Amino acid sequence: MELVCPAGNLPALKRAVDEGADAVYFGFQNTTNARQFAGLNFTDKRAREGIDYAHARGKRVFCAINTYPQPDGWAMWTRAVDQAADLGVDALILADMGLLDYAARRHPGLARHLSVQGSATSHEALRFYHDQFGIKRAVLPRVLSITQVRDLAKHTPVELEVFAFGSLCIMAEGRCYLSSYLTGESPNTRGVCSPAAHVRWEETPQGLESRLNGVLIDRYGEGENAGYPTLCKGRFEVGGETYHAIEEPTSLNTLELLPELHELGISAVKIEGRQRSPAYVSKVAGIWRQALDRLEVAPGRFHAEPAWMRGLGEVSEGATTTLGAYERRWK
Amino acid sequence: MSTPQTLQLSLGPVLFYWTRERYADFYREAADWPVEIVYLGESVCSRRRDMKLDDWLGIGRELAESGKQVVLSSQTLIESEADLRDLRKLCDNGEFSVEANDQSALQRLSAARVPFVAGAALNLYNPTTLTVLARVGMQRWNAPVEMSRDDLARLLADCRAEGLDHPCEVFAYGHLPLAWSSRCFTARRYQKPKDRCQFVCQKHPEGLALRSQESREVFTLNGIQTLSGACQDLRHEVPSMQEMGVGVARLSPRAEGMAEVVAAFDAARRGDLPAPDPLALIDAEICDGYWHGRPGMDNTRSASQS
Repeated sequence: MELVCPAGNLPALKRAVDEGADAVYFGFQNTTNARQFAGLNFTDKRAREGIDYAHARGKRVFCAINTYPQPDGWAMWTRAVDQAADLGVDALILADMGLLDYAARRHPGLARHLSVQGSATSHEALRFYHDQFGIKRAVLPRVLSITQVRDLAKHTPVELEVFAFGSLCIMAEGRCYLSSYLTGESPNTRGVCSPAAHVRWEETPQGLESRLNGVLIDRYGEGENAGYPTLCKGRFEVGGETYHAIEEPTSLNTLELLPELHELGISAVKIEGRQRSPAYVSKVAGIWRQALDRLEVAPGRFHAEPAWMRGLGEVSEGATTTLGAYERRWK
Repeated sequence: MSTPQTLQLSLGPVLFYWTRERYADFYREAADWPVEIVYLGESVCSRRRDMKLDDWLGIGRELAESGKQVVLSSQTLIESEADLRDLRKLCDNGEFSVEANDQSALQRLSAARVPFVAGAALNLYNPTTLTVLARVGMQRWNAPVEMSRDDLARLLADCRAEGLDHPCEVFAYGHLPLAWSSRCFTARRYQKPKDRCQFVCQKHPEGLALRSQESREVFTLNGIQTLSGACQDLRHEVPSMQEMGVGVARLSPRAEGMAEVVAAFDAARRGDLPAPDPLALIDAEICDGYWHGRPGMDNTRSASQS
C-alpha cells in the first residue's frame, strides 16, 4: 500500500519524503486546488525543486487541481493542468468532469486520479469516470462504511485510495455547499471551507465566541478548548437541545483498519493536511510508515501500537480521533 | 437581446419524508397547478420506504394525464449495493425520464443510452463539463445552487457560442439542498442510530431547524441532507432569468402553502410582479444571496430596504 502525504510547501514535502512517504501531493498558489490558504502551496519554481527532490529519492509526486473551473476561469484551470504536465508530475488529482476530459485529451499519457471532490461513492460511479476519462485511481469519499468499501473494492475498475488520517469531512465531498451558504466561498468554487477571512473571535460575558461571517458557530465556557470554527463542527440548537448537531471536532484515524484495507486490495492510504505544518506532516508520515512496514512483514499479526495512536491523537482536532463512517454505528 | 422566452416552472422532488397520504394529496392538487414539469421520487434517503417505485409511477401517470412532464429523481448519495439495485430499477423504468443526481446514475443512463436531466449536485460549472454530459445524453441541466446570476449568464452565453442549447434549470424557490452525509442528523437529534432511526424524519414534514446559540436559523436538517436555514425566493428575479435564457425555474415543495408559491411564480413569469413586498410568501426567513454573488444566506431585498 502506498503512503500518500500532503505537501503544503517545500519543507513539508521534503519532510514527508524523508519520513517515508511513497508519494506526496501538492497544489498551485491559486483557487485551482482545494486547500487555498494564504502563504501555502507552490510556485512553479518551488514545485520543480520539490519534484526533483522526490524523484531523486524514488518517490512520486501528484498535483491536486481539484476545484471546479468557474465560468470566468476555465483558462486558469487548464493552465494549471498544462503546468503540472510540464513539470513532470506523476499524476493529476482532478474532480471536474470537464477538466478530466481536457486532461485526457491534452495529456493522455499522464495518469489521472479522481479527487475525493469528484464524489464517487459506488463502483458504477467509478466506472463512469473510468469509461469517460480513463482515470487510473480514485480517492474515496469519507462517507462509506468498511462494508461498503469492501463491496466497492470487489467491483472497481480502478485503483482505490482511501483517507487514512486527518481532518474529517462528514459530508460527501464535492457536494457540500455549506461554506458558500455562510461565506460565499466553498471548496468547489474557491478551494476553501469556512475561510479564515470570515472568522471572528470575541471574548464576551457568555464566554469566548467564534463566528463565521457573523454567524455564531460556538461559544466556549471557561476551561473548554476552543477549536477552529469549521461550520459543521460547532454547537447549535436543534429542538431545544444545544450540542454538536452535525459533528464534534475530531480527526479521522483508520490505523486499526490497515489489515482490512490491505486485504481489500486498497492501493494507497492518504494523509490529509496540506494546511498543517511540516512538523505535523513529518510526525504523521513517520508513524504511518512504521505501521505500513509492520503490516508488510506480517499482515496477520498487525495491531495498532499504543504509541502510534498516542502520537496521532496528539496532533488531532480536539485531541480525539474516530473511525468515522468506516464504522457503521458512527452514522 | 432577443425577446424573453417563456419560462417553464417545475416542481422539484419532495425532499422531506412525508406520509403516503400527504404525497397523494399533494400531487392530486399539483395536477391542477400551472407547472409544466414535476420531479418525483425519493432523492435523499434509501431508508424512506413508504413509497415504492410503483407508487411513484402511479402518481406519475396521473400527472402525465394532466399534461405534466414527469421526471424521476435519482438518489443523490449512493452508498450500497441495495442503493444501486434501486437506482437500476429507477433508470430502467421505461416510462419516464430520469434526473441523474450522481455519477452512478450517469453511468447507468449513458450506458443504456437513455436521455436524462442532469441534477444540481453534479457540479456543472463550465461548458466543457456540459459538453461531456451532452455527449452522453443530457437533455436539460440544473445549475449548481451556489452559482450566481452573472456566472450563469456567462456560462449560458458561452454554451450558446459552442452550440450547446440545452435548457438550464435554476433552483428558484425553497430551502436549498446544501450537503449530503452518510450520517443522519435527524436520527442523531433523537439519539437513535441511523440503522434504527424509527423514521423520525416523518415527524418533520418541513425538516428540523438548526439554530445558532443566538436563535438564528442557520440550516435545516432533513435526515442525511442539510438544507439552508432560510428559504430561497427568486420570484423577483424571474424577469432576469427570462432575459438571460434560463429555461426552467424549479420550485421545491413544502408541506404548506405551495399552491400560493406556484401561483406567485406563474404570475411573475407573465410579468405580473407585485411591487417589492417585504412579506414573504410563507412564514420563513428569505434568502437570495447566491443569485447576487453573495453568501447564499444573504437577503439582498431586505438589505436594500433597510
